[in-house]
Amino acid sequence: MHTAKDETRDPLDAAEEWLGEGRSVALATVIETWGSAPRPVGSQLVIDAEGNFLGSVSGGCVEGAVVTEALDVIDSGQPRMLEFGVADETAWRVGLSCGGRIRVFVERLN
Amino acid sequence: MDASILKAINAERRGRRAVIVLTDLADGSSQLIREGEPIASEFRDAVEAAFRTGKSGTIDVNDQSWFLNAHLPPPRIVVIGAVHISQALAPMAKIAGFDVEIVDPRTAFASEERFPNVALYPEWPEDYLKRRPLDTFAAVAAVTHDPKVDDLPLQAALETGCFYVGALGSRKTHAKRVERLREAGLNDAQISRIHAPIGLDIAAASPAEIAVAILGDIIKALRTRGLAPVQMELAE
Repeated sequence: MHTAKDETRDPLDAAEEWLGEGRSVALATVIETWGSAPRPVGSQLVIDAEGNFLGSVSGGCVEGAVVTEALDVIDSGQPRMLEFGVADETAWRVGLSCGGRIRVFVERLN
Repeated sequence: MDASILKAINAERRGRRAVIVLTDLADGSSQLIREGEPIASEFRDAVEAAFRTGKSGTIDVNDQSWFLNAHLPPPRIVVIGAVHISQALAPMAKIAGFDVEIVDPRTAFASEERFPNVALYPEWPEDYLKRRPLDTFAAVAAVTHDPKVDDLPLQAALETGCFYVGALGSRKTHAKRVERLREAGLNDAQISRIHAPIGLDIAAASPAEIAVAILGDIIKALRTRGLAPVQMELAE
């Protein structure tokens, strides 16, 4: 179940709060963009082990896929590099059809 | 990333201080760099550029990929004086991404009718500064022409090290201001940081054009600002 909480909250503040509550948390960061990517480099999304997320890496295009990957990262503790773009069939399916490509780094907060 | 780094980032952000997170993309290990802290020479140019521009990005160093995430506080412009220039400056500065606050104890000037949708402080700068202290990511533009209103916030801005300090007035007016600020205890190096006459020299001829000149001057100061001096050298 993926539910977006209050979008006006700052993801890093939320991450600290969630960790304080004893939740497992992953952080996803846009580290590179090409073309007309919807969110700038440095944009962040935080995800907990229940699939709750807050923030944005693409304005809604690929968040679902990032959350799924983040759950694996929370499990394994191994950071992961994701790439989405129009050339990528998965990305097309999840909706980054705006002509841009992005790379997203997903890591667990320890 | 370690939770202790996350907490440190958030503490710096709450304190409106610039911070950069340097992440090794191979293993996800991160370190936090505060402005003024020593930087390993291979990262120095990229880190200093990020502190100035606020732009994040990846760099390759020693055949490894690193991500620099720059967290700069939103720059704030404090305008002393709710005059015509300020009426033009406030919306333009907002569009350019600045938080704008207007301070003027003359309530006839500092009215919501004249300044819709602007953070307005119809009070003396002294009172305003107690509640909204300045920091290095604040710019102060004093445009009332009245020393009773302008002088104190100018002094506070210079003592704080605001990234921009500007004051409206002719060279003659400014010469008198310099005398007063010297008597108030400021040194020449501090006083020389005042942009006076205020604004870039674009031969501005109207209040709105002066506002453009001031905004351009502020942006230039922000993007070329001198970074906090490095506190100690790294052992090579």
